[in-house]
Amino acid sequence: MNRPVTVRVQKVKKNRIRTRLFFFLFLAVILVLVSFFADQIVPYDPYAQDLGLSRQPPSPAHFMGTDQYGRDVFSRVVVGAKASVFSTLVLVCVTSVFGTVTGTLCGYFGREIDSVVMRISDVCLAFPGLVFALAIAALLGGGMSNAVIALAVISWPKYARVARGQTLALKNSDFVAAAKLAGDNSAQMILRHILPNILGPILVTAMLDIGTMMMELAGLSFLGLGAQPPVAEWGNMMSGGRSMLQTYPWLVLSPGVAIFLTVVTFNLLGDTVRDYMDPKNSGS
Amino acid sequence: MDPVLKVTDLSKSFSRAGKKDFFAVDHVSFALMSGEILGIVGESGSGKSTIAKLITRLIDATGGKIEIEGQDITGLKGREMIPVYGKVQMVFQTPKGSFDPRRTLGDGICESLRNQGVPKAEREAKARALLEQCGLPGEFLERYPHQVSGGQCQRAAIARALMCDPKILILDEATSSLDVTVQKQIMELLQELQQKKELAYLFICHNLALVQQFCDRVIVLWDGKIVEQGLPDDVILRPKSEYAKRLVEAVF
Repeated sequence: MNRPVTVRVQKVKKNRIRTRLFFFLFLAVILVLVSFFADQIVPYDPYAQDLGLSRQPPSPAHFMGTDQYGRDVFSRVVVGAKASVFSTLVLVCVTSVFGTVTGTLCGYFGREIDSVVMRISDVCLAFPGLVFALAIAALLGGGMSNAVIALAVISWPKYARVARGQTLALKNSDFVAAAKLAGDNSAQMILRHILPNILGPILVTAMLDIGTMMMELAGLSFLGLGAQPPVAEWGNMMSGGRSMLQTYPWLVLSPGVAIFLTVVTFNLLGDTVRDYMDPKNSGS
Repeated sequence: MDPVLKVTDLSKSFSRAGKKDFFAVDHVSFALMSGEILGIVGESGSGKSTIAKLITRLIDATGGKIEIEGQDITGLKGREMIPVYGKVQMVFQTPKGSFDPRRTLGDGICESLRNQGVPKAEREAKARALLEQCGLPGEFLERYPHQVSGGQCQRAAIARALMCDPKILILDEATSSLDVTVQKQIMELLQELQQKKELAYLFICHNLALVQQFCDRVIVLWDGKIVEQGLPDDVILRPKSEYAKRLVEAVF
C-alpha cells in the first residue's frame, strides 16, 4: 500500500525537477546565445561616443540610457555578456577539466605525485580565494585573460579534491578489481571505469561554480584587474558608473541587474542539476 | 600431478608505529592441484580474502612466493600480469559491486577479450554462449547491473570469470551475499562447470556445511595462519586444533 504512493510521489518530484531543469537550461542557453551573437544583436555601436547625448536617462531610443560618453548602455550590457558569460564558461571548462584530470591521476596512482600535487593544491586553498586571485591578477597585469588565469589558479584544487576523493573510493571497489583481472591497463581503467563514474559530482560542482566565477570575474574587473576600459564588461561598467550611483543610477543598475540575473540563472541551474543527479530523487 | 597454484610462505604484514608488525597473512603455504576444489575457512579477519587478493596480485605480498603453473608471479608488474589473468580469475563477494554500474553486463563480461583484441562479434558470441551455460538468457548482455537480481548478477560474474578460459577460479565468498535457495543453484552451477571445464577452485567461505559438501580439501585459517588442513570430513567432524574445534562447535 505504501510503496506505490511513494513511487508516485517520487515520479511527480522527478518530473517537477525535469521541468525546472529544462526551464533554467533554456534561460542559460539564451544567455550563452546572446553572448555569442552580441555583436549582431546590439542596436548601437557600444563604443561610439556622442558627448551630446551623455547621461541620457532611459528612453524608448536608449532603454537603459546612455553613459557619460553618450554610449548606449543597453548595447554595452549586451556586448558585456560576451566578456562575462563567455569568459566564465571558458574558465569553468578549463579549471574543471584540469582539476579533474589531475585529481583522478593523483587518486589513482597515489604515492609521490599525489603528495606533491595535493600539497600544491593545499597552498592554493590556504589563501583566501579572491585575495589570492587579486594578487595573481595584479602580478600578471590587467586584462581579461589574466583575470581568467588568476581565477583558474585558485579554483582548480576544488575539482582536484572532488575527483581525487571519488577516485580513491572507486579504486577499492570490486568492479575496478574485476577490470584489473580483465587485463585493463591504467589508461583503460581510468577512461572506461573511473571517469564515467565520477563525472556526476564534477558536473554538479562545475554548474554551481559558474555563478561564483562570474561574480569573481566581474569583481576583478570592478577593481580594475580584469577587462580594461573601454572594453565593455559588466564589472568595469559598474566601476565606471560607481561615482554616479546617486545621480545616474542606470549606469550601475543596468550591468548590476545583468550580473544578478545571470548569476541567479546559473546558480539555480546548478542546483537543479544537482537535484536531478541525486539518486534519492530518481523515480525509476 | 603438478599443482596449478603453489603458495609458499606467503605473508602480508603491515607495519605499526611502536608495535610489532601486524600479519594479515602469516607464512601460509599450500598447493592447489589441477581440477581440485580447495576450501579456505575461517572467521572474518582471519586473512581469507587477503589471500585471494594476494594471489590475484591486487595487493602486493610482503613475503613468500606465488607460483602459477610453475611460473613465479610474485614480482610481476602491470603488463606482465595480463597473461596470468588468463589463467586465474576471481568471483567476488558482492555480485552487483563487481560490475561497473554505468556499463552493461555484456561490456563487463567481454572486457577481458576486448583487451586481448578479440573482434566484437566473436567475443559477444562467446559471452552469449557462456551466459547461457551459466543459466541466463543471452539478452542479459544488454542489461545493467541494477536491472538484475543478485543471483543473476553472480551468474554473469561467473560467466565473466570464465571468458578467458582460466585454469583457476578463486571464489571469494561468492555465495555469501545470496539467499540459500539461490546459493544452492549457484553451487550446482559451479560444480557442473568445474567438471565440464576441469577447473581448480579456491573456495573461500565461512559456511562450513557448504565446504563439507563441496570441497576436496580444506584449510582452516586463523589469525593469518593455517591451523589445520585435511579432508573436509576429518577437519569438520574430527577437528584436531583448538580453533577448528571452536569453529565447528559454533556452527553445529
